[in-house]
Amino acid sequence: MTNSPLTPGIVPSRLPADRIARHFADHTPPLDGHEALVAADRCYFCHDAPCVTACPTSIDIPLFIRQIATGTAESAATTIWTQNILGGMCARVCPTETLCEEVCVREVAEGKPVEIGRLQRFATDTAMARGLHPFVRAASTGKSVAVVGAGPAGLACAHRLAMHGHEVVVYERRAKAGGLNEYGIASYKSTGDFARREVDWLLQIGGITVKTGVELGRDVTLDGLLASHDAVFLGIGLGGVNSLRAPGEDKAGVADAVDFIAELRQTADLTTLPVGRDVVVIGGGMTAVDAAVQSKLLGAENVTIVYRRGQEKMSASGYEQDHATSAGVRIICNAAPVAVHGNGAVREVEFGYMADTPAGLQPTGETFRLKADQVFKAIGQTLTGAPEGATLEGGKIAALPARVWAGGDCTGGGEDLTVTAVAQGRDAAEDIHNVLMGVAG
Amino acid sequence: MANLTTDFIGIKSPNPFWLASAPPTDKEYNVRRAFEAGWGGVVWKTLGSEGPPVVNVNGPRYGAIWGADRRLLGLNNIELITDRPLEVNLREIKSVKRDYKDRAMIVSLMVPCDEESWKAILAHVEETEADGVELNFGCPHGMAERGMGSAVGQVPEYIEMVTRWVKQHSRMPCIVKLTPNISDIRKPAEAAKRGGADAVSLINTINSITSVNLDSFSPEPMIDGKGTHGGYCGPAVKPIALNMVAEIARSRETHGLPISGIGGVTTWRDAAEFMALGAGNVQVCTAAMTYGFKIVQEMISGLSQYLDDKGMTSTADLVGRAVPNVTDWQYLNLNYVTKAQIDQDACIKCGRCYAACEDTSHQAIAMLPGRMFEVMDDECVACNLCVNVCPVENCITMVEMPKGAVDPRTGDAVGDYANWTTHPNNPSVQAAE
Ligand SMILES: Cc1cc2nc3c(=O)[nH]c(=O)nc-3n(C[C@H](O)[C@H](O)[C@H](O)COP(=O)(O)O)c2cc1C
Ligand code: SF4
Ligand code: SF4
Repeated sequence: MTNSPLTPGIVPSRLPADRIARHFADHTPPLDGHEALVAADRCYFCHDAPCVTACPTSIDIPLFIRQIATGTAESAATTIWTQNILGGMCARVCPTETLCEEVCVREVAEGKPVEIGRLQRFATDTAMARGLHPFVRAASTGKSVAVVGAGPAGLACAHRLAMHGHEVVVYERRAKAGGLNEYGIASYKSTGDFARREVDWLLQIGGITVKTGVELGRDVTLDGLLASHDAVFLGIGLGGVNSLRAPGEDKAGVADAVDFIAELRQTADLTTLPVGRDVVVIGGGMTAVDAAVQSKLLGAENVTIVYRRGQEKMSASGYEQDHATSAGVRIICNAAPVAVHGNGAVREVEFGYMADTPAGLQPTGETFRLKADQVFKAIGQTLTGAPEGATLEGGKIAALPARVWAGGDCTGGGEDLTVTAVAQGRDAAEDIHNVLMGVAG
Repeated sequence: MANLTTDFIGIKSPNPFWLASAPPTDKEYNVRRAFEAGWGGVVWKTLGSEGPPVVNVNGPRYGAIWGADRRLLGLNNIELITDRPLEVNLREIKSVKRDYKDRAMIVSLMVPCDEESWKAILAHVEETEADGVELNFGCPHGMAERGMGSAVGQVPEYIEMVTRWVKQHSRMPCIVKLTPNISDIRKPAEAAKRGGADAVSLINTINSITSVNLDSFSPEPMIDGKGTHGGYCGPAVKPIALNMVAEIARSRETHGLPISGIGGVTTWRDAAEFMALGAGNVQVCTAAMTYGFKIVQEMISGLSQYLDDKGMTSTADLVGRAVPNVTDWQYLNLNYVTKAQIDQDACIKCGRCYAACEDTSHQAIAMLPGRMFEVMDDECVACNLCVNVCPVENCITMVEMPKGAVDPRTGDAVGDYANWTTHPNNPSVQAAE
């Protein structure tokens, strides 16, 4: 090994290959059969269960857990997929600590919820390993729908439309389908190329054609899609990234956290992926945590997350924050970047402490500097490439012309979670189906 | 997908899961919701004769026992038959049946032991267009003291007599519901068959006192300082019910008599077990009372998945599959030799098998350094206790010794099938010699 965590600059191979492999193995290992039975047995089969209400896709959690408990994990998977066709990925990436598990009556009673996420993974993994895809297409309706974006919203929409017998063409600007599942999830949450395997599994329904490398606005237009399809669904996500608005932001070594995460996900051999010795991540959400933790796991010596407001305002959950700090990431709150210093490449970031006052965030006047050879910006993504005719509100799609629907992160309402995108894609598909078939909604 | 449609004595239902006659089926509101939830049929809560309805106690009517995590294992009750007016029940039965033609609607009956009373109620039931009747000869409390329920069910001659009246005065299929509070369940089943019953259903509840309040010194449930025996049901009674179903299914006299299996059915698996032992369908009460109507979804999906996995296409393929394998002790193969085997990878080192075998069985498990537990084949009698007390399923299994191998405990080679009837230690074998 040539490099170590102490090697200056942005370099690959800071840790031996076996340590990197260990660091990027399954973050939460799957339950084995016995563990699943023990975990399932804890569920009370609550009536009108709070966990179901908390799940954005309303999976019938007590039912699927009972199906696991009675030795029919395959039936449990059907229960999950009926509501959430990407239930396998959601089981891995949902912040369950702020969704279903937060409100589980056993969390409330004992501070230890039923492990809903892991049980969901057990069921879907079991059924996928058996090659089961328990859905069939209805007879062809002769209708065709364009889905723009092969992320969670688009895929969920496409699958539900195909089930109803419509012909679906999915247009995706990237080289692979999957959206953030493929490009935006921390590697240790989705190991074994799961995002791709799940897409392949989903497409088994038939009636869905995926065209990659096609971008709305560049290769196709909304009018063009409307001319060749009966309806259009937009699940285009958020393509842009907010800037720091601090001088020096363009120096070498400053990058978008989402690009780093995507590159990491697409790198087969992580010992070849360069990372800085002193990494600074600016932001307070899950993207910031994912970029910071993975930098640390690649062997960066110092990784610091800097967030401009108080810790309680961070959109990364307490669980995610603990995950970061236990990986050795330092979190500094109430500080915003003032300038990026360095001669060509970044060497230091200067921050000013902020006070959260009724009149908004105000600098206290006190500043400090952090050594940095790599800086990741994770201060929010923005909608880009919204087609003409779309009405935006708060930077998100709020209204659309006739025969056009949208869902996922490009629309408001959700918390930019995979699971909300799935719910929105699925519900839009039902709506599209009703309109196309002339069913009064 | 396996077909769960069931034809039970000519009564069709979309699945073999019926709700037993009990509070879940006491009124239209419940039964409609049960059908919406997916239940294949119901046996309406037992109706009595015209006139002022029975009255129930106004204090607690249920007692219970619980397992770990307060999981309800057994329930007991001192409830009587329906306490709502006969005409209201009949009107509701008719209204529900009209809207759910594909579901089974059976009406449970219990009237005084005279022909006129039975004739009168049957005429009323016919008008509802229900699919059949079930004769409640099982209720062990309250009604028995008035000469009905298990007071009839414990006298085979009465069963035969009443069943005959019912078949004489009605064209409806007739199920006779048996009480388990009797020493040989085959006798009432035979009587029902002689009387012309189309089927028997079992079990009704078992006489029981669930617990005693150690402050007030009264049985629970306690009514003003006193308690009485109630009917026991729920998961705890399943083994008793399974045996009784099997006895009827394999008896020469009653073999082939359709059986509706009842008693502790809680999951699809319990239902499948009843069916394998000869039940054409099952009835459920306590599980629905514990978890609500929704459990039927798991029963449906679980049974379909099981049938699919087994390559069976309908429930008829399952019914009775285990009956030929129920036998008497003296026909069990005494040359079937097994040894317990502990899967060291699955073992969580709790030591329960060791304590059980060392203290209460055959001292056949060794505790080795590092809390490793190992079976000593030369001591193991294959009693299965270690398997039963191990908290990890399939960690300890029974492995059959091949024919010809020498059992290190006895020093004998494993031989061909041989049972007690020919064993040299059997006094009657020696006597015959
Ligand atoms: C509260 C209660 C009331 C019952 N009432 C009746 C009844 O009116 N008629 C009847 O035939 N059985 C009655 N039963 C017995 C049930 O139908 C059933 O045979 C018994 O509970 C066993 O099934 P399970 O273990 O699924 O509960 C009653 C049971 C309970 C718990
Ligand atoms: S809240 Fe918890 S215990 Fe209740 S149904 Fe949901 S997972 Fe089960
Ligand atoms: S279950 Fe309903 S009727 Fe019975 S005691 Fe509780 S609240 Fe009262």
